[in-house]
Amino acid sequence: MRVTINGQSLDVAPGTTILEAAELLGIHIPRLCYHPALTANALCRLCVVEWEGARTLVPACVAQVREGAVIHTESERVRRARRTILELLASAVDLSKAPELQAYAESLGADLNRFADGEARTFPVYDDNPFYVRDYNKCVLCWRCVQACADDMQFTYALTLSGRGFHTRVDTFFHAPMPDTTCVFCGNCVGVCPTGALESKVEFAVEQGMPVTEAVLHTGAQKRAKRR
Amino acid sequence: MNEQALLHRVGRVDPLSLADYEATGGFEALRLALMWRPERVIEMVKASGLVGRGGAAFPTGVKWEAAARQPVSPKYVVCNADESEPGTFKDRVLMEGDPFALVEAMAICGYAIGAEKGYIYVRGEYPRAYRYLSEAVAQAREAGYLGSRILGSDFSFDIEIRRGAGAYVCGEETALFESIEGKRGTPRQKPPFPTEAGLFGKPTVINNVETFANIPWIVRRGPDWFRSMGPASAPGPKLFCVSGAVRRPGVYEAPMNVTLRQLIEDFAGGLPDGRRVQAVLVGGAAGAFVGPEALDTEMNNESLRQVGATLGSGAVVVVDDRTDMWDVLLRIARFFAHESCGKCYPCQLGTQRQWEILSQARERGLSSGDRERLADLWSTMADASICGLGQTAGSAIQSGLRYVNGRA
Repeated sequence: MRVTINGQSLDVAPGTTILEAAELLGIHIPRLCYHPALTANALCRLCVVEWEGARTLVPACVAQVREGAVIHTESERVRRARRTILELLASAVDLSKAPELQAYAESLGADLNRFADGEARTFPVYDDNPFYVRDYNKCVLCWRCVQACADDMQFTYALTLSGRGFHTRVDTFFHAPMPDTTCVFCGNCVGVCPTGALESKVEFAVEQGMPVTEAVLHTGAQKRAKRR
Repeated sequence: MNEQALLHRVGRVDPLSLADYEATGGFEALRLALMWRPERVIEMVKASGLVGRGGAAFPTGVKWEAAARQPVSPKYVVCNADESEPGTFKDRVLMEGDPFALVEAMAICGYAIGAEKGYIYVRGEYPRAYRYLSEAVAQAREAGYLGSRILGSDFSFDIEIRRGAGAYVCGEETALFESIEGKRGTPRQKPPFPTEAGLFGKPTVINNVETFANIPWIVRRGPDWFRSMGPASAPGPKLFCVSGAVRRPGVYEAPMNVTLRQLIEDFAGGLPDGRRVQAVLVGGAAGAFVGPEALDTEMNNESLRQVGATLGSGAVVVVDDRTDMWDVLLRIARFFAHESCGKCYPCQLGTQRQWEILSQARERGLSSGDRERLADLWSTMADASICGLGQTAGSAIQSGLRYVNGRA
């Protein structure tokens, strides 16, 4: 089927998403929650595009093209939504380890301090196992770790979401420390985290200027003491 | 009104008496429908011009036809009884006053689309509705109106009742499916639409309680009877929930050429002495405020659009001149921040910031920067949110701020 994106036309197979069709044309659409190995949930809405005739913007990661679709990925309407979403995100979350998002913000002219008077989501850093550290101050709620832990990769279901609205968070069931959950420490969640909210203990130790063995053994020792 | 259709049994029969229901025409429509081909039932619903009464106003017959055409089984019939829109309490009156009508209508729908299973998703805060519906389903099953080979036909159908746990978003149809499936109640991106992939990924018709309540009438009396009521563009009876600063708040049945003024003054007895209309919230928190100048607007989408409102669920909340609009608007903003499910960013973050900005503005007024920020929030939530919750989370605030401009 024939589609037109930003004035360029091409033929694609039925079932092709807007994101994929755009890539074929060399057009990059910003995205955050989307990951090629995971189920696309279309929740960050950074990849929204304008589809002529549609009432609202549509998420390029899941919306499949139709014959004759005319799509704009950089219209002012699209840029306004993306810019506002990034401004909102920056007001709630620490994006210091998300260089891609900072680059998007710059190209959109976003003012990341615009909503800075609002409440931020703040958490303690969870250092409860020898393998990785969870710093949910950096968590953007993309759901990637939850999905990697569940049906998309590991089928372990150690992670879930708790709360709702602005106070939604990634959590363990009953807020248990990670060693007390079904977690097998496969590391897939760390691998798919886009903002550094999940970080391997080694990297964390190096950043903190902590001897690596000490950092790793520290929580391990606590765990053994608790179980005895 | 001369004749009530949707409310004709409410308060007049024992809602838990199957005999009362049968004596007032109950299950006649199901008997009729089972003598017809399923296509004929769908044609009748299409010809009636009935549209969804939950707020989205989608043509019911078109929805049924789309599900019927799917070459997949099983299919499901779902009744959205998660009535949570602020100012809306019509479905509760129907479920508590005429529960068998819902059972009959769902069975007819099941026959029309080829489904053998129906679910009623009842708002958790409606314990009586849950009890009455459970009782009605059990009695109907006992009497052979549900179960296998209904009334000697080849058609089998049964209903299961599920209760919500208090989340507004579960009234959104795909979040409701997730909830029935045992997951967190969060909306799915559409398409696919429920008629193609709904409950458990199967073709599903999901209709509001009031929408279903029209079905037995349409089957028994025909589309022409239905079309004889109201304007051509919005035929049939409609329930309106009038509340706020009126003498007789309640559920009123009227055709959709009734005006806002008639609802407030003739039906609900007008405002208490000495009070004037400051603004009226039409369509619930997801709707919009209109001012006194709009009182002669007819209550249908075509007319309401001209004053910047939509019919929504049929809620009419009257705010009088003694009420501080800031209180009303902050309450609505707080409601959306509290009820956002947290899935998509525009709504998860936008509803929170909208509430914060308005809370601060109440004390120190809205700066031009605040107005720009709100304008971006409204546009982004409406344009980029996954579901109707986020898409409408700014509309009442945006329209209502006109009435606090003096101090804003």
